[in-house]
Amino acid sequence: MRESKMTLADAEKGDVIKISSLGLDGVMRRRLLDLGFVPGALVEAVRKSPLGDPMAFKVSQAVIALRKEESSKIEGELFNDE
Amino acid sequence: MNNAYRIALAGNPNTGKSTLFNALTGLRQHTGNWAGKTVSVAQGSLQHKGNHYDLIDLPGTYSLFSNSADETVARNYIVFEKPDITLVVLDATSMERNLNLALQVLEMTKNVIICINLIDAAEKQGIKINEHLLTRQLGVPVIKVSARNKLGFPKLLDTIDRIITRAIECNPVPTIYDEEIEEKISRLEPKVKELWKDGPSSRWVSLRLLDGDEDLMREMEKRMGREENDESSRVMD
Amino acid sequence: MMNLQGLWTEAREQSSTEMRDEIVHRLYERSRKLCAAGVKYPEKKDVRTERIDAILTSPVLGFPIMLLMLGAVFYITIAGANIPSSLLADFFGSLEGPLENLFVYLHIPDWIYGILVAGLYRGTTWVISVMLPPMAIFFPVFALLENYGYLPRVAFNLDRIFKSAGAHGKQSLTMAMGFGCNAAAVLSTRIIESPRERMLAILTNNFVPCNGRWGTLILLSSLFMASHFTGGFKSLITTLVIIGLVMFGIVITFLVSWILSKTALKGVPTHYTLELPPYRRPKIFDTVIRSSLTKSWAVLMRAVKVAAPAAILTWIAGNIYIGDASVLQHVAQFLDPFGRLLGLDGYILMAFILGLPANEIVLPILLMGYLSTGSLTEAGSMAELKNILSEHGWTWLTALNMMLFSLLHYPCGTTLINIYKETKSKKWTFMAFLIPTVIAVIVPLMTTFAAKAFGWV
Repeated sequence: MRESKMTLADAEKGDVIKISSLGLDGVMRRRLLDLGFVPGALVEAVRKSPLGDPMAFKVSQAVIALRKEESSKIEGELFNDE
Repeated sequence: MNNAYRIALAGNPNTGKSTLFNALTGLRQHTGNWAGKTVSVAQGSLQHKGNHYDLIDLPGTYSLFSNSADETVARNYIVFEKPDITLVVLDATSMERNLNLALQVLEMTKNVIICINLIDAAEKQGIKINEHLLTRQLGVPVIKVSARNKLGFPKLLDTIDRIITRAIECNPVPTIYDEEIEEKISRLEPKVKELWKDGPSSRWVSLRLLDGDEDLMREMEKRMGREENDESSRVMD
Repeated sequence: MMNLQGLWTEAREQSSTEMRDEIVHRLYERSRKLCAAGVKYPEKKDVRTERIDAILTSPVLGFPIMLLMLGAVFYITIAGANIPSSLLADFFGSLEGPLENLFVYLHIPDWIYGILVAGLYRGTTWVISVMLPPMAIFFPVFALLENYGYLPRVAFNLDRIFKSAGAHGKQSLTMAMGFGCNAAAVLSTRIIESPRERMLAILTNNFVPCNGRWGTLILLSSLFMASHFTGGFKSLITTLVIIGLVMFGIVITFLVSWILSKTALKGVPTHYTLELPPYRRPKIFDTVIRSSLTKSWAVLMRAVKVAAPAAILTWIAGNIYIGDASVLQHVAQFLDPFGRLLGLDGYILMAFILGLPANEIVLPILLMGYLSTGSLTEAGSMAELKNILSEHGWTWLTALNMMLFSLLHYPCGTTLINIYKETKSKKWTFMAFLIPTVIAVIVPLMTTFAAKAFGWV
C-alpha cells in the first residue's frame, strides 16, 4: 500500500489524485487554477515525457503537462478506484 | 465610414476557434504575413441578411485574468472596445474547462453567444450536450456547431441577427460568490459605477479590484483619461 | 468624488489570496455543475489520442519519429520545389524577349529598360521563382502537422533539453514557427508566459532558417554539396545537408540560451504549463489551399515591396561609375579583405548588408553584383548559375561559409522591428542584432581557418 498523501510529482502513470492544496504563488498559481488544478479536482497522471520530465496530467477533460518544479508543489490524495 | 457590427471570437486554445473564424469569413480576412495560427488579432468580414459584420479573432486563452500578453489583448478588446457581440467558442469534448472561460466572459459583457464547437467529434465519442438547459442556466444563447463541417451555421447566423435586431435579449445569469465576497462587491459596485458611467460592467470591475488586478487598473486609468478628452470633442456634434 | 486610486486602495484593504482562489473556485464549481446537468458522458473513454501519444511520445520512438518528420518535411519541400522552380524561371525568362521588343517598339530609352527589365523584372521574378515553390509546399505540409496536433508533442518531448539550457519547452514551438518566418515567430513567443524565457526565445529564434533563407540554402547545397548526384538522390543529399545545418542552428540555439541564462538573463526556469490537445484529422483540402494561397500572396507582395526597390537600387549602383568601376564594385572591393577572412568575398558581404530588409533578396543582389552589367542574366539554368559563381572563385567552402553566414547572421529588418515592438527595449533589440552577427563572423572564420590548415581546399 502506498501512502495516500502525495504530490503530483510522485504520481505514477494511471494514478488518480484528488487535489488538496497548491503550494505556489503569483502567476503560476493563477495559471494552474485557470487550467483546473483547483482543490477538490480529480487529476489523472497520463504519461511521462521520453526524458522523464515533464509529466502529462488529465485535468478537467484536458491533458496538461507540468514540470517537476510545479507538480511537486501540488498536494493531494491518491484516489484510485482499484 | 464603416457601419459594420463587430463580433469578437474568444475561447480556449485548441477549440477550433480559428477554424470557425475561417469558415465564417472565407478568404475575406486580413492577417499578418504568416499563414499559421493566430499570432496577433486577425480580422475578417461577413454578410448576413443585409448586415455587415467584422469578425475579430482574439488570441486563444485559458482565462481572461490577464496572466499573459495574449490574455490582456483579449480582455481589453472585450471590455474596452465593446464588440456588439462576443462569441465564446467552446470545445464540446472539454466542456468543463471551456465553460470556465465562458463564465468569465459573461461577467464582462452582456451580448454573448456560446458556441459549442467540435460537436460532431463529441457526438462520435458519445458525449451528449443539452444546449437548451445550458441556455436557460446561462441566460444567453448556446448553439452547437461544427466549424469543420459547417454544421449549425444557419442557426448561429440567425441568432447573431436576432441579437442585433433585438429580437432576443441576452441576460447573463451571474455567478454568485460567497457572502463575504458578495458583500464586498455590493459595497464597491456603486462607487465603480459613479466613477465611470459608460465603463465596463461594474460588477466585473469590482471583482477585479478585489482580485488585485493591477494591470487592469493601469489600463482603466489610461482609458478614462482618453474618454474625458473625447467627451469635450463630442459636444461639437 | 472618489478616484480610481482611492477605490483601488479601498479594495486592496479587503482583498486576500484566498479571495482570488475562492473566485476561481466558484467559477469552476459552476462549470462542473453545468456540465453535470447539461452534458452526458459515455461510459467508455475515448482512447485514440492516448494510443497515438503512446507512440509519438514514447521513450524509444519519440525522438526518432521527430527527426523523421523533420526530414520528411524538408525532403518533400526540396524535391517538390525543383520542377515548379525551373518552370517558373523558364516562364519569366520567355517573357523577356517580347518585353524587350515592346520597349524597342515604344522607343523607350535604354536606361529605363535597364531599370525596369534588367533590374526590377529580373530581380523580382528571380525571387518569386526561387522562393515561392518551397514556401508553397512547406507551409501546407507544416500547417497539416500543426493542425493535427503534433507540435505540442514536440514541445513535450524536448522540454527537458530546453530546461537544461535554461529555456522553455514552448520555445520549440516558436522555433518551428521560425522555419516559416522569424518575424512572425517573434510575435508567437507570446505563448511563453515568463518574461525571461520569452526573451531567450526571441533572441535565438533567428538561428532557425526562415523561408526567406531556404531558397539560398537549398540552392547552394544542391549546387555545391550534392553536385555529383542526380535525381532523387540529389534531393536526398541536399536534404541531409539542410538537416545538418538546421541541427547546427539548434545546437547554437541551446548554446546561446544556456550562456545567456547563466549571464545576462539569470534566473530559474519558471511557469511551465503545456496543453496536449487531442489529435484531430485536419481538413486537408482547406488547410492546403488556405495556407498555400495566403502564403503565396504574402510572398508575392513581399517580392514587390522589398525585392523590387532593392533590385532597382542595385541596378543603379551597378551602373553608376566612379572612375573605372561602378559604385557597387567600389563597395565590394572595400569589403573584400574582410570577406576573404571569412572565406567569403566583398560581394557576398555587400549582398548580406543590402539584404537586411529581407533575406529573400540576398542571392539576387549577389548575382547582380557579380555580373558586370549590374543586372541578372536571364534567370538562367542551374549550370549557368554555378558557372557564374565558380568564375568568381567559389568552392564548396565558399558555399558552406555563405550557408553558415546566412543561417547565423542578424535577423531581417522586419524581425528586428518586431523584436523592438515586443521587448520595447533598444538594448535587447541591439543584442538580437549583435549576438548572431558575432557568431556569424566567428564560425566561418573557424571553418576557413580549419579548411586551410588541413589543406581541404
